[in-house]
Amino acid sequence: MTRFVLAAALLIGATSALAQVTVKDPWVRATVPAQHATAAFMQLTAAEPMRLVAAQSSVAGTVEIHEMAMVDGVMKMRAISGLDLPAGKTVMLDPGGYHVMLLDLKGQIHVGDVVPITLEFEGRDKRHTTIDLKAPARALAESSPVKMQMK
Amino acid sequence: MRMSGTRSLATLARLLLLAGLLVLAACGQKGSTGKFFGSDVTGSEFGKDFHLLDPDGHERSLADFRGKYVVMFFGYTQCPDACPTALARAADVRKHLGPDGKKVQVIFVTVDPERDTGPLMQEYTHAFDPSFLGLRSDLAATRKVADDFRVFYQKVATGSSYTMDHSALTYVFDAQGRLRLIWRPDQTADQCVSDLRALMKPNHSFWRWFS
Repeated sequence: MTRFVLAAALLIGATSALAQVTVKDPWVRATVPAQHATAAFMQLTAAEPMRLVAAQSSVAGTVEIHEMAMVDGVMKMRAISGLDLPAGKTVMLDPGGYHVMLLDLKGQIHVGDVVPITLEFEGRDKRHTTIDLKAPARALAESSPVKMQMK
Repeated sequence: MRMSGTRSLATLARLLLLAGLLVLAACGQKGSTGKFFGSDVTGSEFGKDFHLLDPDGHERSLADFRGKYVVMFFGYTQCPDACPTALARAADVRKHLGPDGKKVQVIFVTVDPERDTGPLMQEYTHAFDPSFLGLRSDLAATRKVADDFRVFYQKVATGSSYTMDHSALTYVFDAQGRLRLIWRPDQTADQCVSDLRALMKPNHSFWRWFS
């Protein structure tokens, strides 16, 4: 089981030690050469209320936080300004829900590549913290949440 | 199922009776899923044909796939979930069908032809299964085929670029090129395999006896 458990350790200033976010099972969908966008998925758990407000990655020109929804059989995807993480509750960024969208890709992402992503969070005190994580790329055909959990 | 000249009239009568019962059974199942997990849309007045370009720029239409069970999905390659899920399911279905999988032609039609070029459609579909075919066209022809299949899609500006809202249904044709079933996105690969096996059974395609 590939599992990355990272904690928000790099705090700027004297932010509370409780301001932690745990990132579990991050992964990115691999691409084909002509493809210029893909998505990153993971599970986020914050020790106290936090909001995911931005993300960056060296493999992408633009990174956005997106929400996907199936409404009356129609797939809709929208950029959102942030994603609230209630204290102690795991928020799934998974196919069929939220994801970190990697746009303007600088090159193909092959299966097994490790994609660096920086997540930026805002606490209730408006202080910002970042987490650097490495998300392995899984096959383009990887999509079923059931399959994901079996890995 | 072919009628041979040596078959007796009694056999013909039995077959006609069976056909009649199947018609009655089909009528009795109207409005329910019946023997299919997908929605039975046999005889519907939409989804009759398409004229789109393959990655080499050649025009393809439904008649090109006569003898194959066409499984058709509309989407776009930047889709984070519904499209890869539907295509991964289609690849699983072909595998689970074993030798009968060769009778299935999966077609992915892009509703985002501005970004989904021929080469991208080729690479993308082949990443799921080398037998899959990606089709595209210009904006007007894309709108027409979507309308012909009652597929909803629209371009929506979001973030730094745009995304495509689109219906996530899969259309299934029998070997005679008739639209038979519509699969919902939450239908499992096993249910899709069951549906295709039912379509492939001669007694479930009794219409061919009359055509």
